[in-house]
Amino acid sequence: MTAAYDAIVIGAGSNGLVAAAALGKAGRRVLVVESHDEIGGLRRSSEFAPGFRVPLSVDTGWLPPTIVRGLALPSIDATTPAIVAAVAADGDTLALSGEPARAADAIRGRSARDAERWVAFTDRLSKLVGFLEALYQLPPPDVDAAMSLGELAPLVSLGRKFRSLGRADMIELLRVLPMSIQDLLDDSFESPLIKAAVATAGIRDIRQGPRSGGTSFVLLHHLVGARAGSVGARPWWRAGPDAFIESVAAAARANRVDVRTGARVASILVREDAVTGVALDNGDELSAPIVVSTADPARTLLGMVDPVWLDPEFLHAVRNIKLRGCTAFVRFALDHLPDIRGLDDSSAALAGSVSLTPSLDAMERAYDAAKYGEVSTAPHIEISVPTLRWPSLAPDGKHALVARAQYAPYHLRGGAPWDDTRSCALGETVTSAIDRVMPGFTDAVLHREILTPADLEARFGVTEGAMTHGELTLDQILFMRPVPGWGRYAMPIDGLYLAGAGAHPGPGVLGGAGWLAAKRILRET
Amino acid sequence: MPSAAVLPTLKTTPFHARTAPLVRAQTWRRWAGYQVASAYEPHPDREYAAIRNAAALLDVSPLYKYRISGPDAARLLDRMVTRDVTKCVVGQVLYTPWCDAHGKVIDDGTISRLDERAFRLTSAEPNLRWLSMNAVGLDVAIENVSERTGALALQGPSSRAILQQLTPADLSRLKYFRLVHTTVREIPVTISRTGYTGDLGYELWVDAERAVALWDALIEAGTPYGLTPAGIWALDLARIEAGLVMLDVDYFSAHRAMIEDQKSSPFELNLAWTVSAGKGPHNGRRALRAERARGSAWGFVGLDVDWESLERIYAERGLPPQLPTVAWRTSAPVFKEEKQIGYATSGCWSPLLKKYLALAHLTSPHFQPGAEVELEVTVEHRRKRANAVVRKLPFFDPPRKKA
Amino acid sequence: MTSSQRYDAVVVGGGHNGLVCAAYLARAGRKTVVLERRPLVGGAAVTEEVFPGFKFSVFSYVVSLLRPEIIRDLELPSHGLQILPLESTVTPLDNGDYLASWADPDESRRELVRHSPRDAEAAIEFGRLMHHMAMAVKPILGMVPPDPSSLAPSDLRGLLKLGGHLRDLGAERFHALYKLMTMSSADYLDEWYEFDPLKATKSASGIIGTFLGPRSPGSAYVLLHHYMGEIDGAFRAWGFQKGGTGAISEAIASAARAQGAEIRTNASVERVLVDGGRVRGVVLENGDEITAPIVVSGLDPRRTFLQLVERKELPDDLVEEVERYKFRGSSGKVNLALSGLPDFTCLPGIGPHHRGAFSISPSVEYLERAYDDAKYGHFSRNPYMDIVFPSMIDPGMAPPGKHVMSIFVQYAPYNVTGGWDDAKREAFGDAVVKTVARYAPNIESLILHRQVLTPADIERITGLSEGNIFQGELALHQLFFLRPAAKSAKYRTPIKGYWQCGAGTHPGGGIMGASGRLAALEIAG
Repeated sequence: MTAAYDAIVIGAGSNGLVAAAALGKAGRRVLVVESHDEIGGLRRSSEFAPGFRVPLSVDTGWLPPTIVRGLALPSIDATTPAIVAAVAADGDTLALSGEPARAADAIRGRSARDAERWVAFTDRLSKLVGFLEALYQLPPPDVDAAMSLGELAPLVSLGRKFRSLGRADMIELLRVLPMSIQDLLDDSFESPLIKAAVATAGIRDIRQGPRSGGTSFVLLHHLVGARAGSVGARPWWRAGPDAFIESVAAAARANRVDVRTGARVASILVREDAVTGVALDNGDELSAPIVVSTADPARTLLGMVDPVWLDPEFLHAVRNIKLRGCTAFVRFALDHLPDIRGLDDSSAALAGSVSLTPSLDAMERAYDAAKYGEVSTAPHIEISVPTLRWPSLAPDGKHALVARAQYAPYHLRGGAPWDDTRSCALGETVTSAIDRVMPGFTDAVLHREILTPADLEARFGVTEGAMTHGELTLDQILFMRPVPGWGRYAMPIDGLYLAGAGAHPGPGVLGGAGWLAAKRILRET
Repeated sequence: MPSAAVLPTLKTTPFHARTAPLVRAQTWRRWAGYQVASAYEPHPDREYAAIRNAAALLDVSPLYKYRISGPDAARLLDRMVTRDVTKCVVGQVLYTPWCDAHGKVIDDGTISRLDERAFRLTSAEPNLRWLSMNAVGLDVAIENVSERTGALALQGPSSRAILQQLTPADLSRLKYFRLVHTTVREIPVTISRTGYTGDLGYELWVDAERAVALWDALIEAGTPYGLTPAGIWALDLARIEAGLVMLDVDYFSAHRAMIEDQKSSPFELNLAWTVSAGKGPHNGRRALRAERARGSAWGFVGLDVDWESLERIYAERGLPPQLPTVAWRTSAPVFKEEKQIGYATSGCWSPLLKKYLALAHLTSPHFQPGAEVELEVTVEHRRKRANAVVRKLPFFDPPRKKA
Repeated sequence: MTSSQRYDAVVVGGGHNGLVCAAYLARAGRKTVVLERRPLVGGAAVTEEVFPGFKFSVFSYVVSLLRPEIIRDLELPSHGLQILPLESTVTPLDNGDYLASWADPDESRRELVRHSPRDAEAAIEFGRLMHHMAMAVKPILGMVPPDPSSLAPSDLRGLLKLGGHLRDLGAERFHALYKLMTMSSADYLDEWYEFDPLKATKSASGIIGTFLGPRSPGSAYVLLHHYMGEIDGAFRAWGFQKGGTGAISEAIASAARAQGAEIRTNASVERVLVDGGRVRGVVLENGDEITAPIVVSGLDPRRTFLQLVERKELPDDLVEEVERYKFRGSSGKVNLALSGLPDFTCLPGIGPHHRGAFSISPSVEYLERAYDDAKYGHFSRNPYMDIVFPSMIDPGMAPPGKHVMSIFVQYAPYNVTGGWDDAKREAFGDAVVKTVARYAPNIESLILHRQVLTPADIERITGLSEGNIFQGELALHQLFFLRPAAKSAKYRTPIKGYWQCGAGTHPGGGIMGASGRLAALEIAG
């Protein structure tokens, strides 16, 4: 039997569509199979109440310029948020402008010393982020050669090109990456609220607290693509939250890529150590010599492949990937949007993201619960109102507010289930926390949807509800992602590639893994 | 002033109550954390002779034993070992090594198919963790039955006659590497026609609680036939004659080796016959396929040491040849024209064949039968070399083994 | 009246590193004097008769990593080095059972099988991996860290050597080392073991002397230290020095004197004299001046840079780096004089286990909760403890029939809320004794005397900043070419002739002596 397709891509999220478009552009016949009825994956906006349709995150992620160029995508009109980080706690608020000088002015009222250091701090972050941006557009360094300066040279020159990065900056990067966000911030600032504002991006979607080593890296990771001077927010697309997905889907179709939605892959077919195609859960078998999975590594390698084809050590490594979903989302449909008390530019802040956690200790305490498999009683909550950016996502004059709450660990103590009681309790906690800083909030709520990690797993098929496909700890990035020794997309079965967020460069880099995986496939086959 | 709560250092086997009083010279040794007899008599000669001339009873309980059951039991074992387990019928026993991803041997042992969905795996080292790692995603139960299963090897030309008196099973119909679930004097046992001596013999698997009764029954029925309890020293002589490899002596587990050079593939252990081509996916398949195609760098062979040259190197020091009374387990270099081409890992004087034998790892092309090499022998503190001829294993293979 | 004396080299501080450095300098023919503030040498490695007849290794209490080349070069056994075995570790469990490791491998395996047969197997392979890791790390511990920002030939050579070394490891071991350097000990051990008290007891070694919990990334690599001694040609280097750790210091001092070094106690250095960017000597508290072209500070980086010399002598960025260098003393010590040996419920009676260590680490959660207390400024209510009875190993430590008990306690944060005072110290001591009594109920009736040492006491007595026994946290961002600061990691300082040799330099930590030796070799060229 001859295969109808050269490659089958599992998942029509940004990585899957980018991989498919890149392969299609090179003349390969590609089929994308998507289990949902809509393309777009996790980042896609979805209707959660009649007339209310928003994504789970206002953060659009970073679209690497190499992909835009490589796929010749039309440029997407983007704008930088006015407020890049904000904290609203009982009785005290802070909103930081993306303009470092203006932010420094706002800080001066709290601490003249902090204000003085702000510009230098954001400047330093921006340099270090430049290095990551360079790194994220290349395959992870080859370990056998990684320690030779030769292998690092192209990275350095790329980094230089981006943000005039010198050798001293590289050492600074090596010093900063393993640090805790708390140590990094304590070294520069004294005002608790400023530290709290910056730290949120350092603990986002990771089951670690601000005192944990490596959270400085997490901050830098979330700043790739952010404008210099910004500390938490990246540019957003005026055309809507799904602008990129629609654009890349169009590019894929233009390259003869077929997309089959509502098609759930039951297993990846293997013969003689090579893939032969996929079987869908309706029994259909589709053949292709290449299968590119953008599902998470656990689901792909433990769920779709007969384990006898994989070495026990490899399976052991896959089972040890720290997925650790710990973020819950609550989406509210609002009749109207009340202001945050004490914040002059409440709307501007909510168009970005507002943290309700006033101090690093409060974040740390929220994390403490997760260590023991408990849901934080006072979770770290960030809220945003996507309808302030894109009013058309809700009926006229109405708004949708999305809250993300950490920590809500997937694995609960003693194996307890995520049932309705727990889920509702979390919803109540989040609602009342918002109400405290936004008087009148509860009364404005028309509808509420709670998505615990268990719900995320059920809805999106992400194991343990881990939106990251594997948390961003230092031992799970670069050549260690998804598992040590298999960081370059090709899996131990011939023709099987992993190209989701579980591969380098990880979550939030739109199409990053899909693009690099496609390049490898085109080089090899 | 020892505290009662601290456990003794070594475990004892289910037969300890019977074996302990027999160890006349306190010649104990360690085997897998157990205290076992090197020999019952001060000298192993008679115990060895019993293996080849009458029958010997050996306590092999320290072997690790796992019961593997469930719908995927055969798949688990088949993906783990080099032989084709899917072809193993109920009542059959397979000897097989198992390898890591690089095709290097981790351990070797037997797989007994107890029924359609249950197997017993024996091994020299504990393998529970490795079994569990191989069982990821498979529907299978793994049970360590090592401590609750006693194992006795009844080996030697008279073993069938002794055992047949005690069991209703027709042993004349029990073929080599087959097993039968039966009784011995009403004691439920599994009898497999297997062993580590290269002779006619059986291994008996019994619930630990009935172990002593089984021992007593065998001794009672066997004594008139010259049945003799035998220890590890006697066994060691027999297994060298039979050319059977021993973990930690002739090779290191790939899981324990500190460096690559310490690892061996099945081909390098004279176990090419255990690597089934055309079976389903199994650990190390890519490396093994490549090695089969490429040829191995090492071979595992027998060395037959030339008596005259042995006599000569001793005579140079004014001594008659000093023969080892028990097998040695140290490493001895092997040379060919001043160049070291390998090393011997076990050796002994074979009382039966009247030859000085060794098991050796030799590099290609020196492992062809008939090749002439030199074995280093230390004579009165000086290193000498004795001539030796490479022999195909086993050295001793009596027809009665399979008859 | 001041007098003036002349030497080739002055070593400030008679801790073990200072003594080692002096011995090597004297061996290289330099006229060397060691100046020690206290009446006895040793720093944190001292034996004192705290109560009549009862001798204690007051601070550091076991020998772990004393470099074998130092033992050989200085012929320490002939100067009194005699390390007695400390062969077992018993962890009492909360269910009344215990977990022990004994000197005999079969015995230890049998004990572990009792709790988890799988872990007993894993332990063998884990040991093999750690052995490889120790071999990988050993050359790094023995090398002067190259400055990666420098283009000097010696630094480039060092980098190449390091790169070559890491390449030679091969990908598999490089990955394992990388994981060890970045992960938390709990996560690392989770990949190997299932029996929680085993993981707790092993991870306890990863948190000693740090302000990290077992779940904090960066705590894994100290697991290695237990295996370092095995590959070192210093068989049985882990144990108890006859006469206490002070006897090690005395042995090194004796070796230094034998090489011609002079050692002065009760000689407190007030200031290092600097002239035109070059060191001139030191002035003592009593006004004495000692002239020397080389001054080596064995004190910690804070004292070396911010106290002994004037800030104006140093570049601003170095001052800033030293200011942010983290000490965070986190451990205390309780020394008890006993009328008899305590009876442990889990192993009743007096037995061989009293000649080994007791680890109070019943679960990972226990340790983590102990850390939680410390994070928020309290000593642990239920602390981790490492207990030994030195008088059981060396009867000379206590009057006949009586005993001394050494309890290393964590966490006792230096920055305890409200600061340490007498009442808090005693409350801390009470918490320790109370916790011991949970496992050995008769302890209270046996106590004749009690000495409680908080990090504040350790700082006051030994001079170690914030009571950190390692002269600064062994965290990834403070290791190798970053210890103690990016451009001052090669024992040099920006002041000509002013050197460092304390544990605050690479490789630091424990009674190793490596810093002192490497510094002396650098100085002597």
